Amino acid sequence: MTSGGIRHHGIRRMATVVATGAFALLCGVARANPVPWQMDMTKGATTYSHVPYDLNMVSLLVCVVIGILVYGAMFIAMFRFRKSRGAVAEKWSHNTVVEIIWTTIPVIILASLAWMATNGMRKFYDTTGSQMTVKITGYQWKWRYDYVDYEGKPISKVGFMSKLDDLSNETRQLHSGLDPYAVKTDGYNTYLLNVDKPLVLPIHTKIRFVITAGDVIHSWFVPAFGWKMDAIPGVINAAWTNIEKPGVYRGQCAELCGQDHGYMPIVVKAVSKADFAKWLAAQEKASAPAPAASAAAPQTAQVVAPAVGSAKG
Amino acid sequence: MAHAATQDHHDDHHSAPKGFFRRWVMSTNHKDIGTLYLVFALTMFFIGGSFAMVIRAELFKPGLQLVQPYFFNQMTTMHALVMIFGAIMPAFVGLGNWMIPLMIGAPDMALPRMNNLSFWILPFAFLLMLSTLFLPGGGPSGGWTMYPPLSLQSSSLAYVVFAIHLMGISSIMGAINIIATILNMRAPGMDLLKMPIFVWSWLITAFLLIAVMPVLAGAVTMLLTDKYFGTNFFNAAGGGDPVLYQHIFWFFGHPEVYIMILPAFGIISEIVPTFARKPIFGYKAMVLAIAAIAFLSFIVWAHHMFAVGLPMGAEIFFMYATMLIAVPTGIKVFNWVATMWGGSMTFETPMLFAIAFIILFTLGGFSGLMMALVPADFQYHDTYFIVAHFHYVLVTGALFAIIAAAYYWLPKWTGHMYSETWGKIHFWNSVVWVNVLFFPQHFLGLAGMPRRIPDYNVAFANFNMISSIGGFLFGASQLIFIGVLIHCVFFSKKKATDRVWEGAKGLEWTVPSPAPHHTFAIAPIVRDEELAHGHVED
Repeated sequence: MTSGGIRHHGIRRMATVVATGAFALLCGVARANPVPWQMDMTKGATTYSHVPYDLNMVSLLVCVVIGILVYGAMFIAMFRFRKSRGAVAEKWSHNTVVEIIWTTIPVIILASLAWMATNGMRKFYDTTGSQMTVKITGYQWKWRYDYVDYEGKPISKVGFMSKLDDLSNETRQLHSGLDPYAVKTDGYNTYLLNVDKPLVLPIHTKIRFVITAGDVIHSWFVPAFGWKMDAIPGVINAAWTNIEKPGVYRGQCAELCGQDHGYMPIVVKAVSKADFAKWLAAQEKASAPAPAASAAAPQTAQVVAPAVGSAKG
Repeated sequence: MAHAATQDHHDDHHSAPKGFFRRWVMSTNHKDIGTLYLVFALTMFFIGGSFAMVIRAELFKPGLQLVQPYFFNQMTTMHALVMIFGAIMPAFVGLGNWMIPLMIGAPDMALPRMNNLSFWILPFAFLLMLSTLFLPGGGPSGGWTMYPPLSLQSSSLAYVVFAIHLMGISSIMGAINIIATILNMRAPGMDLLKMPIFVWSWLITAFLLIAVMPVLAGAVTMLLTDKYFGTNFFNAAGGGDPVLYQHIFWFFGHPEVYIMILPAFGIISEIVPTFARKPIFGYKAMVLAIAAIAFLSFIVWAHHMFAVGLPMGAEIFFMYATMLIAVPTGIKVFNWVATMWGGSMTFETPMLFAIAFIILFTLGGFSGLMMALVPADFQYHDTYFIVAHFHYVLVTGALFAIIAAAYYWLPKWTGHMYSETWGKIHFWNSVVWVNVLFFPQHFLGLAGMPRRIPDYNVAFANFNMISSIGGFLFGASQLIFIGVLIHCVFFSKKKATDRVWEGAKGLEWTVPSPAPHHTFAIAPIVRDEELAHGHVED
């Protein structure tokens, strides 16, 4: 039996999808997660995520303008200087002034782009003043999250594995006969983008991530945060986020990590500070009598609050 | 055309050795070895292409329909290895073998026996590598970059490492041969700054090859000893560093990228002046730009590793260095356009592919510039945006240049004209479908679809389906190319003139078509007005 992607769902879904996409584009609604027909980068949902978005837009614009000039000149040349129109080849083969101009102008454009990008990097690399630390460990093929500290207080024994949800997992099997379009959460298709236990984070909090891996290299990538960071065994990388809007943000492992590389999604559930405090208290309580939550972990993963630098520990 | 030297060769084509084995396996003739390289590259192009068809078929719609993820990963890995080392690089070496001696007035390559060896290593290297697909445990599946620790989990690592060693030996010997030929065997009067730009581009490329192939060999040997001999170069638990491998690999890998594009620049710089009937604009600037790009290629490697957590200073250095590449590359594109300006253009198939190259390679250059910006690359990295980018520079870049070169020199090689109608049908199909194939991948990447995944969320379904349709039709379009080649070699009745193209300049067009088995046994008398760049002013 086919999973019937085209036949069963074809036109009706296509129409809704186009409508949703067009609506999102026209209204400028922040699309933190991918939608059908999406053609541009997300603006994201954090205090930093506009940086890659703006850079992407500005550099795209620069490229489009240069493209119009260069391709325009080419097409004019191809039209005007055709042998079939009686064009006779000229003999000149260099022009110092023109060459200096088209070497200098790109340098100026590049310098402005570099200045913008450097400013963005300074923002990204500033992991100071974080109010919370979460350790992320990549495994084949799941993520482990350990809550290290929150608002100056260490958190004990709150950590768990996060892996692909069961429905996606059944559907993804070869010849499963299940329809990827039927995998939905809250009306949003979450095929391969849903997990059993999401990473719960508070909004309006500068959260520092320390990222590493237990076996091979992975990469922690949530487009709505505006960055990805490789998770490398023996290396502790740092990154940060400060989420502005509550919501569910989905991403995937971005570094080839073996056969199930495509099946280790990331789900971040961003909640208000009050809700997060409640959730954290419940987690701490649950883990107090018996550390069941971390039983599945290959190692006891309580980190000593690491004083890592920007890159390698 | 009435060239004194060429008249001496009128009966030389009878001297090709008799017998298939003697002619092809024992060949020391640059033209025959060039043909062997080109036929080999074409074969690999279709093998690598069939892997791409498997990839695009699996990605046609969400859900797994055809292959298991592990096999899918073998396909992406093998597709890259075969296309890079089996198709693009040998094709350029083949073109260099055929054309460099003809272009500089040399009787053959400087080291003909080594030339034979450097070709005949290749089929064995690829036999070794492709055989892993039929072994228990399958072929390599950790990506062509073979990042440890993942690549160390593969049971076929040793096969791939030895295959890469063989390819490296072949490339280094080929490069030595090309340098020796260009520096020692130019006809009197063929000064360095009168050489065709294709020859220049190959001279520089050959130095890149000699510089970086040993680095790759070192990197993969360290993988081998880590897996089988207990070393810990890349094993964090043993004090090693997985990131070290990436630094070494990309120190090879980035020059490698330019190894695959600089000869393409050379080809385009030959074809555009021919069909614009106007000398190349800024000859010296073109040569200097190639040299500048080659130099910069050694100091930009970490832009492949922006997400590994480098210190900010390092990222800034590699970002700035990478952005600098846009300057010489821009100069090349502007100069090609300026060559067309004021010309008298006709649009035969080689010119069409060359124009498509300029437009679409530039498009790949634009996305390359965007990716150089580190914060933006934190989004683009390892998504389909990257896949779109490097396929624009490698397919519509390197491959289109190779196809353009094949159409351009085919009449010289075979003595027959190819079918212009079918050439144009091939062109228009290729150029349309390649864009249907790769352009939507930009959107997928921007929306956040990671590369090297066999299945995806339904949000990515539409553009993947479009891309797959483009892929199948682009693949099918290349069968037209086979048809054109077979027709031209075996069936075409239309004889090619010696000059072939009205605006063609350079020594290769002074020999008869087809080029006799031995040419320039006596060095030709070089007349500046015969050369494309005979009168170079400042």
